[in-house]
Amino acid sequence: MNFLRKKIDSIKPHFTEGGRFGKFRSVFEGFETFMFVPDKVTYKGSHVRDSIDLKRTMTVVIVALLPALVFGAYNVGLQHFRSSGAEAGLFQMFWFGFLKILPLIVVSYVVGLGIEFIAAQIRGHEINEGFLVSGLLIPLIMPIDIPLWMLALATAFAVIIGKEVFGGTGMNVFNPALIARAFLFFSYPAWMTGDKVWIEGLTKGQNIVDGFSGATPLALLAAGDTTHIPSFMEMFIGTIPGSIGETSTLAILIGAIILIITGIGSWKIILSVFAGGLSMGLLLNAFAVNPYMELPAYYHIAMGGFAFGAVFMATDPVSGAQTEKGKWIYGFLIGVLSIMIRVINPAYPEGVMLAILLMNLFAPLIDYFVIQSSINKRLKRAKVASKN
Amino acid sequence: MSTREKEPLFSAKNLKLFTTPLGRDNPITVQVLGICSALAVTVKLEPAIVMALSVTIVTAVSNLVIAAMRKSIPDRIRIIVQLVVIATMVILVDQFLKAFAFDVSKQLSVFVGLIITNCILMGRLEAFAMANKPWPSFIDGLGNGAGYGFILIVVAFFRELLGSGTIYGYPVLAKLGIYTSGYENNGMMILPPMALISVGVIIWIQRSRDRSLIEKK
Repeated sequence: MNFLRKKIDSIKPHFTEGGRFGKFRSVFEGFETFMFVPDKVTYKGSHVRDSIDLKRTMTVVIVALLPALVFGAYNVGLQHFRSSGAEAGLFQMFWFGFLKILPLIVVSYVVGLGIEFIAAQIRGHEINEGFLVSGLLIPLIMPIDIPLWMLALATAFAVIIGKEVFGGTGMNVFNPALIARAFLFFSYPAWMTGDKVWIEGLTKGQNIVDGFSGATPLALLAAGDTTHIPSFMEMFIGTIPGSIGETSTLAILIGAIILIITGIGSWKIILSVFAGGLSMGLLLNAFAVNPYMELPAYYHIAMGGFAFGAVFMATDPVSGAQTEKGKWIYGFLIGVLSIMIRVINPAYPEGVMLAILLMNLFAPLIDYFVIQSSINKRLKRAKVASKN
Repeated sequence: MSTREKEPLFSAKNLKLFTTPLGRDNPITVQVLGICSALAVTVKLEPAIVMALSVTIVTAVSNLVIAAMRKSIPDRIRIIVQLVVIATMVILVDQFLKAFAFDVSKQLSVFVGLIITNCILMGRLEAFAMANKPWPSFIDGLGNGAGYGFILIVVAFFRELLGSGTIYGYPVLAKLGIYTSGYENNGMMILPPMALISVGVIIWIQRSRDRSLIEKK
């Protein structure tokens, strides 16, 4: 480590203003703070600098995503070998899936970070770490068979239109990873829905064994089939077809625990999304007019991207609600809308993505009303006090 | 007044009336008028071109007519007079399209009739034709129609090329054999949100080239 420190210090002068590579200052700083905790201290006034900066916040989220990623890799292999009927061991399945996921992750990071670097140089800003998490989130919410050029296009769209036009990291209205998914969902629906894209090899015409179906539980339900869906336990563990990282509610909950313990993700949002989803599920049960509505409410939590959205997308501190009361409202409405879109709108088998994007849009409004109501409350108190 | 030298028809000032709406004072990207139809008719090039021509003709001729009678229009009822002129022009254009270009007319459907409500028309009549002579007003109408049409055609070009893989109905991408390499048409380009984003990108490009257009904070 000492060697690295010395090396960085020795080339540092070149990258200061007026130095040989002065223009690439932000690139240098980006790499320096990636290796070492920034040694910036305040010299004036009584400020305390917390050593947990944006980069370290993002790293914690990535660690929290790892269980979902590892399970996702295993599940990609599992589904593939199930569909082809071949025998394979646990590690072989994981390795197969890992090799399939790796290109997606590489493409997403190269394209996204490339645009971030260029934008930072043009604007003379520091390089933001905002994409570290988005770059991993994007592959995790994709079907495994998505063509790489589509992924690259969606990532570019998400970073440029979803983030940079608003001013970069911390200024975006919508969650960039969900923008990427929404872009693909509306642009190339054939690659984002159906019963082939979720399993490696099916879109390339691979043979499948008799009786195997690559349809997700949500697709089955949207088609009105409630008898063939997997058991709750299977969906909770995650051995079902689906987007790479979203199938295992268990792995996602491990990530949620990491986020909550470290204080990075808001437990209020996570809890209220689940509460909203459950209440909407119970409400639908009460009015059950078709088999889909009769489905036990807790099934909804384990299906599709609900848990993933609740833990990793809704808790995005930039696009979510900021006020404490607002977080409850914001999360609850995400849960309610997700299940409502899922069950009531036949055009969209899954509603989590749209629900979160919609509530991203409403988050500032929720915050506004929460702040106004507390201002009004205090004004009232002040008036009463002045009268006495 | 009578001693003043007669201005030539295509003086620099008059030409400027035509060129500024194409760039610096574009009705869509700078004044942000007429957005509704820009989103609706830009899925394909053909309707966009027809729409651009229709709006140009209606704007120019209404500008001319209103400017010619600007002194005899009572101020209180000027809006309704302007509307009568616009409506007459629009009906003429609509009937003309139905007679000679029925297919396009069907594609444009209600949007030809809705030219009446196009903000650019009323905007130009109020802002220019009511205070200027007929000939400059006519040029101003042509310029604004062209500025509107220019953006429409650019947006429609990209939406048709990326969304349907054709240019003016000609399957360019299929002829080039791009589909065999795994390329697919982008379904989102055909949806209205992409028209809005395209217009936004054009505004972005224009403002980064001409920084004086950026509002002061």
